[in-house]
Amino acid sequence: MLGKLDWSAIPLDQPIPLVAGAVVLVAILGVLIWVVAKGHLPYLWHEWITSVDHKRIGVMYILLASVMLLRGGSDAIMMRIQQAVAYQSQGYLPPEHYNQIFSAHGTIMIFFVAMPFVIGLMNLVVPLQLGVRDVAFPTLNSVGFWLTATGALLVNLSLVIGEFARTGWLAFPPLSELSYSPGVGVDYYAWSLQISGVGTLVAGINLVTTVLKLRTKGMNYLRMPMFCWTTLASNLLIVAAFPILTATLAMLLLDRYLGFHFFTNEAGGNVMMFMNLIWAWGHPEVYILVLPAFGIFSEVVSTFSGKALFGYRSMVLATMAICVISFMVWLHHFFTMGAGPDVNAIFGIASMIIAIPTGVKIYNWLFTMYGGRIRFATPMLWSVGFMVTFIIGGLTGVLLAVPPADFMLHNSMFLVAHFHNVIIGGVLFGAFAGFEYWFPKAFGFRLDERWGKAAFWFTFLGFFITFVPLYIAGMLGMTRRMQHYDVAAWRPWMIVAAFGMVVLTIGVICQIVQLVVSIRNREALRDRTGDPWDGRSLEWATSSPPPVFNFAFNPDVRGEDAYWDMKVRARQQSLEHDVPEYRDIEMPRNSPTGFVCAFFATVMGFALIWHIWWMVILGGLGAFATFVVFAWRDHDEYVIPAEDVARIDRVNIEERRSLVSMAGAI
Amino acid sequence: MNLLDPQGPVAAANSTILIDSVFIMLAIVVPTIVAILAFAFWFRASNTKARYQPDFVYSGRVEMVVWSIPALTVILLGGVAWIGSHQLDPAAPVPGTGSPVRIQAVSLDWKWLFIYPDQRIATVNTLTVPAGAELNFQLTSSSVMNTFFIPQLGSMIYTMNGMVTKLNLRADNEGKLQGLSAHFSGDGFPDMMFDVNVISPLAFPDWVATTAKTDAVLDEASYRKLMQQGIEKGRPAYRLEDPRLFDLIANQHIPPGPGPELISEAGRPHSGGQDAR
Repeated sequence: MLGKLDWSAIPLDQPIPLVAGAVVLVAILGVLIWVVAKGHLPYLWHEWITSVDHKRIGVMYILLASVMLLRGGSDAIMMRIQQAVAYQSQGYLPPEHYNQIFSAHGTIMIFFVAMPFVIGLMNLVVPLQLGVRDVAFPTLNSVGFWLTATGALLVNLSLVIGEFARTGWLAFPPLSELSYSPGVGVDYYAWSLQISGVGTLVAGINLVTTVLKLRTKGMNYLRMPMFCWTTLASNLLIVAAFPILTATLAMLLLDRYLGFHFFTNEAGGNVMMFMNLIWAWGHPEVYILVLPAFGIFSEVVSTFSGKALFGYRSMVLATMAICVISFMVWLHHFFTMGAGPDVNAIFGIASMIIAIPTGVKIYNWLFTMYGGRIRFATPMLWSVGFMVTFIIGGLTGVLLAVPPADFMLHNSMFLVAHFHNVIIGGVLFGAFAGFEYWFPKAFGFRLDERWGKAAFWFTFLGFFITFVPLYIAGMLGMTRRMQHYDVAAWRPWMIVAAFGMVVLTIGVICQIVQLVVSIRNREALRDRTGDPWDGRSLEWATSSPPPVFNFAFNPDVRGEDAYWDMKVRARQQSLEHDVPEYRDIEMPRNSPTGFVCAFFATVMGFALIWHIWWMVILGGLGAFATFVVFAWRDHDEYVIPAEDVARIDRVNIEERRSLVSMAGAI
Repeated sequence: MNLLDPQGPVAAANSTILIDSVFIMLAIVVPTIVAILAFAFWFRASNTKARYQPDFVYSGRVEMVVWSIPALTVILLGGVAWIGSHQLDPAAPVPGTGSPVRIQAVSLDWKWLFIYPDQRIATVNTLTVPAGAELNFQLTSSSVMNTFFIPQLGSMIYTMNGMVTKLNLRADNEGKLQGLSAHFSGDGFPDMMFDVNVISPLAFPDWVATTAKTDAVLDEASYRKLMQQGIEKGRPAYRLEDPRLFDLIANQHIPPGPGPELISEAGRPHSGGQDAR
């Protein structure tokens, strides 16, 4: 009746996951009870859960990423403590538990922190920057988000029901095959990523279509803000690369469920094929993450330097070059598999070539600052911190692309330090910069600067105190994923790294405090103008938070930095528009399709993991039925009457006029 | 296990390339970081002496320079990578004194088996080699992937079931080194550290002779026992019955290791009992 599921799936003998699971469960129940008791449920349902508004979906993506960041961060803390204490001893985590933790840490941080964070920011900002009212496929957008949430839910469910994969975050066969990993861990891993992978793919299709097809009047390609360009590049990569991941995991699942032999040792299976396929997705994946971050830094550096982005066309070229080349370097992840000198050298050089456009980007940000009038608000601090950190990560990355150096450093703690250097220093700093920068746009008030700066400094210093020791440990021959070790030379560095983790944790706490303090002081921090940073692109041309329709009129773009241009012209003419003639606006209706579909996907995923076949059929039919119902809908749009649009927009215009006249007076 | 304290020509060449590459890159990385900090500081809004040039947004000359600096660096490093990959290919010969020693390494769950086919002996978790001689490794795995790595001797290489990888090394100085697996392979992975004893070429035949006196014999049957999952704390040594044992493993004549002992649901006493009731 329940497949492989029985009471032994609950790890009653392991206090750590049990207590953690119980705390989370109590917290979730508490929030649910509070929501229901206070009568917020209808509000949540109508305004958020069923919302197809790209801004709301973007915020939910970022909320999911933030919560998962805490989960992934807890894993990191546990790992750093384990490696600090497990010298000539077993530490406090047995191997079967430690191995789950590093696997979950990697999986969660990439798929459920970094991905939703950047997709959330793209969702929130890109339609605003393009001057349009929504993304191309609003309901699909909601489906994409909720399927990602399903994946996150399943991964976390493995904490208390069954186990998670103990194979590392890429689940290399043959270790991940049924004969060496007979438990449900790898199934949790694979099905969560299959489901959330569909979510990511539809998000990618949606954003590519949005950028290509929905731009406001005059917004031609070479007038798009840099963030839109990097969004386009990143989502093109999603569309091209995620199907590879889905196919690879599907083959692994066929091996595990139906006795196929794609990657097994026996019967002609080939593990090297898995390595090639997973990295053919995996390497573009890191550019999927970091390209949007590059876009964020471009926006932030240009805004806070009070200058247009230096070498805009060069930046566009660099972005698209990275997009293409990132597909041609995957083999550098396994130089040590013995592919031969020609193959190794060619992929090594291809990997280095990516450093050229990346270097160009750094120099263009540098020259954007040159001759600027730089305001060091929190987003700008993250950006300068990023540039310094990322260059070091780039150096170690190019070093790893030199095959003979990689022969010594492959899979070492040096490698671990390198990819944290680029993912924390690049993607996470970018996500935080974007969070601080666009928060006022999303919620209508700024974040507290003092706590924001404290968060930056603790994170920045904590990063170096944690990861420089790992670089050194790697140079001392330490490999990754060691549950315990006997080499005395490694130990001091593991202790320093654990201390660095404390500093990083303080950084995260500062960020939480910042959010709480800012919400309490929101009246004092209110952004009435819609343009708190003296911005340059169209998202600042509407109010904060923007009305559901974003813009009462589709803006008319006449150059790069569209909104800056408008402000300059408005100052010269010392007035904005005359009283405009408002029209009715049609907006897409809310739809529970995404939520209901994800509910059934969760049921189906869980049932597949535990081999509960009747439930698989139920979940599958439910998800399909949801689509059919959605496809047969009669009314998919509603109309906002012109009077309402006028009323909302007039407030915005009043505020903006006073801003322009004030600026004109100065 | 310091990578910068090489004990053989391969490790020495690897670490030279490593250090050279770092210095080539530092030559542009350091000035760039200094420039970032300097520009950020000088052009701060509160500095009235800094000239505000909002129209400085394109300069063909600057573009030319910023594309060529990383490009030139990569051309230089690309040359290093091309030459290095060929000279230091794991399968490239590493000439040494005396006749080369053939060693066949098998990664088991979770220990290393070193077979000396010419000497007709085998050891577990300890590798004894003569100083100065070329070491020809052939490697495979009994089950999952691992990576064979002796940090102070240089280049690591994967071991995979049903496949043979090749690696040539040389140890120049007598002494004790450590090796490890550099690819995660399951619960016993951290215990896959092994000792490397580099002894004098004169002492090597004596060591072989002493080892060959052992009663323990490695043949297909004892190998099958050895490949069961488990950690080996001791340092067993064997006489090698069949010098073709490695080939039998590599071409899967002996099937891959069994993985964890399955305590399947069906095998549990209570579930069978319930059905009976």
